[in-house]
Amino acid sequence: MSIDTAPTASATALDATSAAATRRDILHRLLMTLGPILIALIIAGCILLAVGVDPLAYYGFVLEKGLFSPLGIQQTLTRMAPLLFLAAGLIVAFRAGMWNLGGDGQFLLGAVTAAASAPVLVQIMPSWLALTFSFFIAMAVAMIWSLVPALLRAYQGVNEIITTLMMTFLGTSLANVLVKLMFRDPSTTVPQTRTLPVEDRLPRLFETTITSGLLLGLAAIIIVHLVMTRTAFGLKLRIVGANPRAAVHSGLGVPGLTVAVFAISAGLAGLAGAVDIIGVQGNVRADWNPAYGLAVIPAVFLARMNGFAAIGFVFLLSVLSIGGESAARRLGVPNHFTLVLVSIVLIVLALAEYVDHRHNQSRKA
Amino acid sequence: MTGLFSEVFLSALLFGAVTAAIPLLLAGLGEQMSEKAGVLNIGIEGMMLAGAYLGFVGAFYSGSLWLGFLTGAAGGVAVALIMALLCVCIGLNQIVIGIALTLGLEGLTALLHHFQFSRSYPRLPAAEATVIPLLSDIPVVGPALFKHHLIVYLAVALVFGMGYLYRRTQLGLNLQAAGDKPAALDVAGIDVIRTRTIAVLTTGALAGLGGAYLANVGAGLFIPFITNGAGFLGIVLAMLARGRPVWVLLGALLFGVCLSLTTAMQVAGINIPTDVIQMLPFLAVMIMLVLFGRRASLPAALGIPYERGAR
Repeated sequence: MSIDTAPTASATALDATSAAATRRDILHRLLMTLGPILIALIIAGCILLAVGVDPLAYYGFVLEKGLFSPLGIQQTLTRMAPLLFLAAGLIVAFRAGMWNLGGDGQFLLGAVTAAASAPVLVQIMPSWLALTFSFFIAMAVAMIWSLVPALLRAYQGVNEIITTLMMTFLGTSLANVLVKLMFRDPSTTVPQTRTLPVEDRLPRLFETTITSGLLLGLAAIIIVHLVMTRTAFGLKLRIVGANPRAAVHSGLGVPGLTVAVFAISAGLAGLAGAVDIIGVQGNVRADWNPAYGLAVIPAVFLARMNGFAAIGFVFLLSVLSIGGESAARRLGVPNHFTLVLVSIVLIVLALAEYVDHRHNQSRKA
Repeated sequence: MTGLFSEVFLSALLFGAVTAAIPLLLAGLGEQMSEKAGVLNIGIEGMMLAGAYLGFVGAFYSGSLWLGFLTGAAGGVAVALIMALLCVCIGLNQIVIGIALTLGLEGLTALLHHFQFSRSYPRLPAAEATVIPLLSDIPVVGPALFKHHLIVYLAVALVFGMGYLYRRTQLGLNLQAAGDKPAALDVAGIDVIRTRTIAVLTTGALAGLGGAYLANVGAGLFIPFITNGAGFLGIVLAMLARGRPVWVLLGALLFGVCLSLTTAMQVAGINIPTDVIQMLPFLAVMIMLVLFGRRASLPAALGIPYERGAR
């Protein structure tokens, strides 16, 4: 069985953005996004006050380090790359009414296989070709990993929430096993994979430290958005998502589409892992799990599975996490406060959307 | 290798399995209640963390384990209250709020622990076991199963209590209806929102208690992120059990054995990476799903907020 992932509101939002995006609408959206964020910052500020930290100083650092300092904004944009890929993958799954909650496992397996293959491949072929191969390997591994939940869902009707959750735990452990046993760098004592030399990683944009993975991520999410909204394939997936029974009646090959959705979704999550390794980290350490997948899920929902809106939310997430990390270092607040901040922002945004929706309805009535 | 099958070792293994299973059992029973009533509670990990932190703090400052369990359950209920307000009363998306609550409580409990204890991790005295006479004299099984803190027996009794509640009481029927056909329940004159709220708050109490057990009895201390996915395991258990509390117990024991095996292998000095052993329970469940994975009978209205008069 599937749970209604596409609320009726998403259809109207879609029309609004694609057809008649008037200036007033955009202004309204902006207000409805910035207002709640301000409220969330005030609530989080109260928590900071309660533990004896000056919230203004904290937010000052967040803004400076996440948004306004040259180095900070470059880090923020770099952080966006894997998040964009993950968001793109989730958009495909959620629009098709399937819960892919296994993003973190797929991400890590993609990351580990990319980290294992890239340093070897760069020695035997030109680096652009090697990186391309690594990307494909990461994508393929993540796709294969998603086959089990996909086939179970498609042909046995086993709920994919259980299976993807199980597979994500399995994937996290398997990634660790691979790092510690198979792909371990023999030249260091720390359990980690071989490090990809900086000059072989994804080229940086212009004269900055921003990885070109950002462009790949943006391309991925925009392509996904266009495929889901403008193509027959996307329409089919949305029909499956909106009403699986109707989809069967209209002659769609639902099992095949289900497997395709999982493969695309997981493949993009695998690419997210690869882009983080090949672009930024260079290697995978044992027990590394940034859990990006979990944080991106609510963001994609709040964006109503709209690709362009998701870019905005991913940017916000990056600013908060990069800014929060350095603000925490400066002020002696544990890094974990970023989690609190992100969570309050998500909840208040969800509430604001509800209030907005209600307001619109009462105006129509 | 022979040490592996000694009486003491097996007994310790089983004892560890029960200890590891109890938080999963409580979380799974809680999640099951929410799911029955039609609320997919992804925030259960956050509720467990709140329970673990507040349970530890309560026990640490009062010196009473029971007070710790109480504050732990209260912590879980506090988080559940937010969930109930946002997801049941005004019908926000359950997955968004659930994940947000989990992330937020991971951060908040780690933050509070940092400001309260800095980098120290004070320990509680070992929990006092209630020894059941006669039964505990059985070799191997006796000391493993019948020498636990009283709350363990209560948790197991709860399994059967819940089974009775679901099958034989009006509230049980109401819960079931709230998950399957909320509109019908509404027509029958019973408040769906209230029924679901009761379910979510109970979930919070059980998850909080599970967290408190994890910190106070299982570990004897609180460390940030101590639940380490136990809440998500609870979700998996509840979904596999398909509404039957006894299956939650069996599933929790299976996971418990595997978790306990992880530590036991290390103690026995067997050189298998812990990550491999950690995969065992999940692998077991995946195999079960592949073999017997027919259509899971989840409540029809699971995950869909109820709004009177809509549709």
